Amino acid sequence: MKILVPVKRVIDYNVRPRVKADGSGVDLANVKMSMNPFDEIAVEEAIRLKEKGAASEIVAVSIGPAKAQETLRTALAMGADRAILVQTDDEVEPLTVAKILKAIVDEERPGIVLMGKQAIDDDCNQTGQMLAALWGRPQGTFASKVEVAGDTVSVTREVDGGLETVSLKLPAVVTTDLRLNEPRYASLPNIMKAKSKPLAAKTPADYGVETAPRLKVTRVVEPPVRQAGIKVGSVDELVAKLKALGVA
Amino acid sequence: MKTLVLVEHDNAHLRDATLATVTAAAKLGEVHLLVAGKGCRAVAEAAAKIAGVAKVHLADDAAYEHQLAENVAPLVAGLMDAHDAFLAPATTTGKNVAPRVAALLDVMQVSDIISVEGERTFTRPIYAGNAIATVESSDAKLVITVRGTTFDKAAGEGGSASIEEVSGPGDAGLSTFVGLEAEASERPELTSAKVIVSGGRALKDAATFEQLIVPLADKLGAAVGASRAAVDAGYVPNDYQVGQTGKIVAPQVYIAIGISGAIQHLAGMKDSKTIIAINKDEDAPIFQVADIGLVGDLFQIVPELTEKL
Repeated sequence: MKILVPVKRVIDYNVRPRVKADGSGVDLANVKMSMNPFDEIAVEEAIRLKEKGAASEIVAVSIGPAKAQETLRTALAMGADRAILVQTDDEVEPLTVAKILKAIVDEERPGIVLMGKQAIDDDCNQTGQMLAALWGRPQGTFASKVEVAGDTVSVTREVDGGLETVSLKLPAVVTTDLRLNEPRYASLPNIMKAKSKPLAAKTPADYGVETAPRLKVTRVVEPPVRQAGIKVGSVDELVAKLKALGVA
Repeated sequence: MKTLVLVEHDNAHLRDATLATVTAAAKLGEVHLLVAGKGCRAVAEAAAKIAGVAKVHLADDAAYEHQLAENVAPLVAGLMDAHDAFLAPATTTGKNVAPRVAALLDVMQVSDIISVEGERTFTRPIYAGNAIATVESSDAKLVITVRGTTFDKAAGEGGSASIEEVSGPGDAGLSTFVGLEAEASERPELTSAKVIVSGGRALKDAATFEQLIVPLADKLGAAVGASRAAVDAGYVPNDYQVGQTGKIVAPQVYIAIGISGAIQHLAGMKDSKTIIAINKDEDAPIFQVADIGLVGDLFQIVPELTEKL
């Protein structure tokens, strides 16, 4: 079984995003970029499934600027077998990405598309579900456990009320939550090896997908700043404050 | 504009997350609700009483019992011929179903809105709440998820909407529900609690978390939350997590104990009315957002606080 792993190049999760003064967006010039953390978890899970013998090949795909190639090389260094870069400098929305992925899925015919539940830049949490809909296949979102058994995959999902387990017929889309695994670091020899792994270059037009956005972002601003309050010196003072708030 | 709101429920009770979504929908136009489930007429009857609701669509079928997106999304998509906007609470159920509906309708979803600025214009947080974007949709239909903490809850009483039975394609045959592992708890639910006591990694282990945080929460009638670090370290289950990728909460009082205040945690609780922080590091970022701070050793402070309340 083949596993397709879409990965996104985003601002590094340790970097504090700064809003541009003109309100046009977040400043990404000279900012450290990395693989979306949820996608890293997806790559790791795909590798583990391959190590267990449940998968035979891992194909990483990224839709974004030329530099997304670095993100794909990271996936290859972790253990993906080959990569596809769908290059575009346009901002691509989840619906557009889902349409491109659908076209890739038609060509590659994977058993599972394993991807992050959301990207930490736009926080949309949509692409996996949209791909599943366009593909007409089931979705196991927010996964904390993935087990392949024959022609089904059992996915344990982190839901508001606890942990829900669903059984999905393959092929299926699975999106990852934080506690699915801890991604490995690529070793230096593997980083070197990744440089010679195949990476195909494509464009959205190759898949017949228009990238024009449906949502227009008219303004991006800083959130209202919360002012720091006071410090109290003792538990007694804190108890008095809680009583004043009417909760004690 | 006619809106359709997905009701969040467990086939017996309507969940509060629905009420804030009704408020958001009412800003757009006429509010219709969809109760999809099995044996869930009681939920539809409760939904019909929500103030401002014009009609309740009830889809009662075994295929909808567990809100499987593969089954619910086509049902919703079918009803969208007669509606202009679909809204779901930004809960794990809403986040699972809504994008599937959006793709079926060829619509780009607007996720996690925090305000309605116009018929097609909304604001939503991006970058873990470090920026707020104003977005305008150009799609014929709207598909939206709504952040519950930023809209007032519609009154649960006062409405008298009609209930109409509807049916959809039923079981898509793609997925089956296997089970739900839920924490049985007498405590209030995190997303609707007035007071939340949250613990971080400084609590050391699961036993200490239980010994220190739980009695304080019980004294205050509070829900118990946790930082991602505490959940990752296994002190408490995943559904306790407050933050960008966990639950978004905005209680009257949020008490953060041994939580340093990572960006992703602040993203989940900074809309709380009053934030209280207890931490031994006086430079911890949590104090930059706290209304009331107490610097010191939580292993002494928390038992003393619990005793004195």
